[in-house]
Amino acid sequence: MSSIIRLDKLKKEYPVGKDFITALSDINLEIEAGEIFGIIGASGAGKSTLVRCLNLLEKPSDGHVYFEDVDLATLGAKELNKARQSISMIFQQFNLLMQRNVLKNVMFPMEIAKVPKEERKKRAMELLELVGLSDKAKVYPAQLSGGQKQRVAIARALANNPKVLLCDEATSALDPTTTREVLQLIKEINQKLGITVVIITHEMMVIESICNRVAIIAESRIAEIGAVKDIFAKPATEAGRRLVYPDGERNIDFGNSRCIRIVFDGRSSFEPVIANMILDCKEPVNIIYANTKNINGTATGEMVIQLAKDDKVFDKVFAYLKARNLSVEEVKGYVE
Amino acid sequence: MLSKVIVDMLIEGFWDTIYMTLAASLLAYVIGLPLGIVLVITDKDGIKPVIWLNRILGIIINILRSVPFLILVITIIPFTRWVMGTSIGTNATIVPLVVAAAPFVARVVESSLKEVDGGVIEAAQSMGTSTFQIIYKVLLPESLPSLIVGAALAVTTILSYSALAGFVGGGGLGDIAIRYGYNRYQSDIMLVTVALLVVIVQILQGVGMKLARVGDRRKR
Repeated sequence: MSSIIRLDKLKKEYPVGKDFITALSDINLEIEAGEIFGIIGASGAGKSTLVRCLNLLEKPSDGHVYFEDVDLATLGAKELNKARQSISMIFQQFNLLMQRNVLKNVMFPMEIAKVPKEERKKRAMELLELVGLSDKAKVYPAQLSGGQKQRVAIARALANNPKVLLCDEATSALDPTTTREVLQLIKEINQKLGITVVIITHEMMVIESICNRVAIIAESRIAEIGAVKDIFAKPATEAGRRLVYPDGERNIDFGNSRCIRIVFDGRSSFEPVIANMILDCKEPVNIIYANTKNINGTATGEMVIQLAKDDKVFDKVFAYLKARNLSVEEVKGYVE
Repeated sequence: MLSKVIVDMLIEGFWDTIYMTLAASLLAYVIGLPLGIVLVITDKDGIKPVIWLNRILGIIINILRSVPFLILVITIIPFTRWVMGTSIGTNATIVPLVVAAAPFVARVVESSLKEVDGGVIEAAQSMGTSTFQIIYKVLLPESLPSLIVGAALAVTTILSYSALAGFVGGGGLGDIAIRYGYNRYQSDIMLVTVALLVVIVQILQGVGMKLARVGDRRKR
């Protein structure tokens, strides 16, 4: 696989009076053709600015954005508009044209690309079929639900056969069920049409359910980047841990005892690991937290166990689990 | 009752007023609509910011809008004569009407266009839409209901200006109201002209609101 989008030392500053606010700093990133790439971070971390740099809706203050090895900043207005037809985008607020019906919304990008009229209509109907809204062609956006609006926006985004689909918090305004449906649709589009997808979100659930790789943005920088399953199993940074660990765990007072977080992937979840460990190590453990998640199609379990204060006990159990090829790490209670 | 001469004069005045108002409105939009568009897109948050142009236009428009209409009519008499050959009568009144109304129309159009959601414009930009395409495929159609409401406002304002122009020999119903009602104390004629003006305003406003409602696709 080769990279379709590459960011090189990207920097974005906004002038505020005589000063500058840094929204992004030293962003280096390669997005592979055909993958679903997630960008996650708290609000204000700079992720929306980052995604807008990918199609130059925001002009970077420094650094380069390469799309298919072409530096977008070197393109003239016309060429940039042409390139933007290959990098389409969907939004949190859908951003449909309210004075156009659904069919004409989907036809809009093809008008811009000067596709002949008959072809526009035919293709738009096919796309509405794909997103399951062919019966709503003549309806105006105001009459649709949020999920339906986002489906129209997706159909519209696919109109000119783009190579990349950028999703800016595309499911943040939707309820959990609709979110799952829309994510499923995005995944299908990625698999069927081979379109590279970049997903911006603040929700770990979105990343877990469809992304292959993820970059964690914190304080204007990339804190961590890697395969979703690796980062979930073993977040290397504070920003990563904050996202991966469930909310409830943050404020637990672990006291003087020590805790271990174990992540089971599909293959190890058949073995009674904890039971065996107790039998083999002869040490009691307290299960503080346990959960199973679907990470990109694989059932993945996580568990936090509490051990006695004794460091020897901790080392023994830690080594035992490590020897079973499980992802284990010590967790310390932290308060934000 | 009013004599036939008076009735004929009122009918003529009615049509003169309609003519002046519509002609001046049309010309005011020919100038004001592009100005309003330029104001929106050259704004610092617009799609093609040109701050100096935006500032200069804003200042000119504000100056023209702050001059009271009657003063404006008198001030630009030489200009009106140069354009129309005279400064009296229905056709001549159209000149100051357009000069006064075009900046007003520009502001009305500006405020309508600013109602278009920035997200929709951003979405269009992300599809590779040029500035010109954004204007005629996004800004204008998306703000159409608001533009129509604004047009009803502009036309009724121009109508009231045209009546005011009667003070300086402008022609139309305002002219009649001033000559007969004010100068000769014939209040019956004045009342009829005012009633006619009220009817015209009601019809224009009603039609405008109806058109805006029919064209508005934003409601559920």
